Amino acid sequence: MGLMKRFSDVMKAKTSKLLDKAEDPRETLDYSYEKQLEMVQKVRRGLADVATSRKRLELQQAQLKASADKLEGQARQAVAAGKEDLAREALNRRAGIQSQLDGIDAQRTQLQAEEDKLTVALQRLQAKVEAFRTKKETIKATYTAAEAQTKIGEAVSGISEEMGDVGLAIQRAEDKTATMQARAGAVDELLASGALDDVTAEPGGDIQAQLDALSAGSSVDAELAKMKAELGSGAPPPKELGAAGEESK
Amino acid sequence: MILRILGEGQLEVAADSLHEINELDEALLHAVEKGDEAAFRSCLVNLVQRVREVGHPVPADHLGPSEYIIPGGDATLDEVRELLSEEGLIPG
Repeated sequence: MGLMKRFSDVMKAKTSKLLDKAEDPRETLDYSYEKQLEMVQKVRRGLADVATSRKRLELQQAQLKASADKLEGQARQAVAAGKEDLAREALNRRAGIQSQLDGIDAQRTQLQAEEDKLTVALQRLQAKVEAFRTKKETIKATYTAAEAQTKIGEAVSGISEEMGDVGLAIQRAEDKTATMQARAGAVDELLASGALDDVTAEPGGDIQAQLDALSAGSSVDAELAKMKAELGSGAPPPKELGAAGEESK
Repeated sequence: MILRILGEGQLEVAADSLHEINELDEALLHAVEKGDEAAFRSCLVNLVQRVREVGHPVPADHLGPSEYIIPGGDATLDEVRELLSEEGLIPG
């Protein structure tokens, strides 16, 4: 016996248990319908959870992108000021952010795929639940308990199979969402700590403060040079600009 | 005959395609029993693709069970084993 047959046997075993439960098979219809409505709600909630997680990732993407752009600007400023070590530090951090961004993009794509699958699954389930509701009323109105048995069997096992399928899809989506929530939490912490940005006392220090000090230093140097020139004592050698930057480190 | 690909829904497959589908299914089962992850992956993808090719989607409001059920194309070996152990399936 192949795999496909085993799968459908497992599904059928589940359904026949459900059918055996009720004394009057017509009660099975109401019980099953109740479960179907619960499942529709469950899928809706699952879909909302996946969408929330995806939006959270998109927000993080935007924040990380802003940090990366800022660091790139700082690297340019540092290069312009002749501070290669500072530029290197900024570019290193930017590379770290870029790898985070790549990871997040892959996760976002996965969540989007789950969201799409669940959306289609929900539509399918809703169509079946609606068909079941109509059939349920017809069976109850038209047939005696004994006559109803076969009709009910087919309708219930058909919809139960669909519910089993959707239930698995929801479980999968929940597992994926949970994994990503944990990772997203770590990225949020990283963002909040400022370790990805320029405001911490990481090795290399506060890049923006050093750049500010540099430009303040060079304007002081320029003023000094101007004063010296006015007093006729000549311009300072250019290497002093670099020395001013080193002191502020 | 109606087949279901988990996560995708039901498909009507003509009887003359069944022989080929069954062969692909046997190969898949063999891979699951051997625990051969690479063979499992390629057999599953083959089976799912072939069923998609020969099958026609059943209307969404159809209410009937499937003759055969196939795992989704991205299912893992562990997921398939869990499904076969019955506990993995959610009762209706």
